[in-house]
Amino acid sequence: MKKKMGLLSGVLATSLLFAACSDDGASGDGAGEIEEGKPYVAVVSKGFQHQFWQAVKQGAEEAAEEFDVSLTFEGPESESQVDKQVEMLQAALDKKPDAIGFAALDSKAASPLLKEADSKDIPIIAFDSGVDSDIPLATASTDNRAAAALAADKMAEAIGEEGKVALIVHDQTSVTGTDRRDGFKEQIESKYPKIEIVDIQYGAGDHLKSTDLAKAVMQAHPDLKGMFGSNEGSAIGVVNAVNELNKGGKITIIGFDSGKQQLDAVKSGVMTGAVTQNPVGIGYETVKAAVEALDGKELEKVIDTGFYWYDKDNIDDEEIQAAVYQ
Amino acid sequence: MSMNTIANEEKNKVSGKFKISSGAIQQILAFASLIALVIFFSIASGSFLQYSNVIGILLSTAVIGILALGATFVIITGGIDLSVGTVMTLSSVMIGVIVVNGGMPIWVGIIGGILTGALCGLLSGFAIAKLNIPPFIATLAMMMIAKGLALVISSAAPIYFSDHENFTKISLGSITPGIEVPNAILIFFIMAIIGGIILSKTILGRYNFAIGSNEEATRLSGVNVNFWKMSIYTLAGAFTGVAGVLMAARLNSAQPALGQGYELEAIAAVVIGGTSLSGGKGTIVGTVIGALIMSVLTNGLRIMSIPQEWQTVVVGLVIILAVYADTLRKKD
Repeated sequence: MKKKMGLLSGVLATSLLFAACSDDGASGDGAGEIEEGKPYVAVVSKGFQHQFWQAVKQGAEEAAEEFDVSLTFEGPESESQVDKQVEMLQAALDKKPDAIGFAALDSKAASPLLKEADSKDIPIIAFDSGVDSDIPLATASTDNRAAAALAADKMAEAIGEEGKVALIVHDQTSVTGTDRRDGFKEQIESKYPKIEIVDIQYGAGDHLKSTDLAKAVMQAHPDLKGMFGSNEGSAIGVVNAVNELNKGGKITIIGFDSGKQQLDAVKSGVMTGAVTQNPVGIGYETVKAAVEALDGKELEKVIDTGFYWYDKDNIDDEEIQAAVYQ
Repeated sequence: MSMNTIANEEKNKVSGKFKISSGAIQQILAFASLIALVIFFSIASGSFLQYSNVIGILLSTAVIGILALGATFVIITGGIDLSVGTVMTLSSVMIGVIVVNGGMPIWVGIIGGILTGALCGLLSGFAIAKLNIPPFIATLAMMMIAKGLALVISSAAPIYFSDHENFTKISLGSITPGIEVPNAILIFFIMAIIGGIILSKTILGRYNFAIGSNEEATRLSGVNVNFWKMSIYTLAGAFTGVAGVLMAARLNSAQPALGQGYELEAIAAVVIGGTSLSGGKGTIVGTVIGALIMSVLTNGLRIMSIPQEWQTVVVGLVIILAVYADTLRKKD
């Protein structure tokens, strides 16, 4: 038994060492430092490891620098970890911040903590998919429906306003998933009667699964003219499917978000173009609104952080380059 | 009395006969269901049996299939490996780190990726055999460790092989003359043949079954059970590493956030193929058929444009049916 314990503690010690050495990596906790004397804004996001959240963080950091506040930015590993996020919000509250930026995974789960913050007069700025509550002073977010409607317009334009199209969507329960799906669908149905949406499938944003999904949809509908992928993984899945089935040029691809492979696909012409949110802007506007709230300014209830259409022609423009991530 | 004996003997004879064929029954059942599914979907949709779709199905089987091959060995010992999904991810990220960040040749990356998988398997095996941690817990821990490490070594960002044009050919290129079969499919079948040989022709395969049937008896007969268990988990890890290579090559990138959940699909394929979760029984051919059933099913349902929610329900029902058939067999 003693021997075993020795071994175990050895393993533990090694792993601790390992953890200590690699602290600069992907840890979701406590990125940033609280400096004395500056107002402190604690941002709790919905994620951390995805490129999108890294871009949000970058925007938040830019604003923190500009307005001279100290900032922490953290988020759970995956968007299903509601409990982890609540813990993070609790920990953030315990650090007595001057303001909080928050993107709720589950607004109800977070509501007691939001009330606590409200009772302590800590202003809360919601961002991304926001918080379903009256407490936040403002919400900085993308209008996903409008963004997907723009994608639908671009699709219609590219296929000559008639023919069959299909959607690969990343999620059928989250707000971004349903908003983008419905925004696209409603725009097509109301404005382009000759376009038929033949299939909507969900690939969890998983590149590999979305690839196989998109291939099956293309097999089932050989006369498909266009496909819309609702986030990075979904869009890349469609691109892979077109490449693997040698359908380049025959199927119009409209994507969403960015990432290196999507940018490459747009540059090479495999993908017609994509709609990008402005994640840097989301982070920036969140922190900026927090600072304004601390200064006692009136805030707009909804801060539209905007979205952009990018294609081969404008991909190198400054405003696009600021919004997309590699 | 004598009537009874005769009746009993008769019964024994029948069940004895049944037993002879029973080892194959599950496999025959599985194979028959595969054929039935193929026939059903061919009638339901004209595009199902098209060459490009058949290739698509096989290609989508490759990654899960190779994971399932490795998992077959582990499950035959009576163990389980929950880490294969994220270890596969760690392996593919390791290739990225070696090739893209480290500037090493692709083959070094591939070996590094496979070794990473094997090393993770070895560590799981060590925890199970030497530290006496139940396989479920040990590999659950490995699942988390691999997931975390994949994020750490990639700095939580995907790694792209865009500057290594040939890398993607490992999965999507074709070396078969005349007919275009993606390499990933060939590699899957080659791995299946290798797995089949190891399981049925080598000492590792023999001890694998022995440990799964009765670990204590195997130990008492002088077999170094711990050593062989660790070898089996290491072997399964190497298979996982190969799956990581194919995954990275097909996506032309290493995606550190993917992979979780793949282990359950792999386990499902193994179980549908007739390998018993209680250990001691299983075949590689069964696993290949099980993996094919899974991908034929998902592909066929997709082609018929069945809503995704229902696709998942159907796959779940098929797993129940398959395992039920297995328990029926055991009762006799």
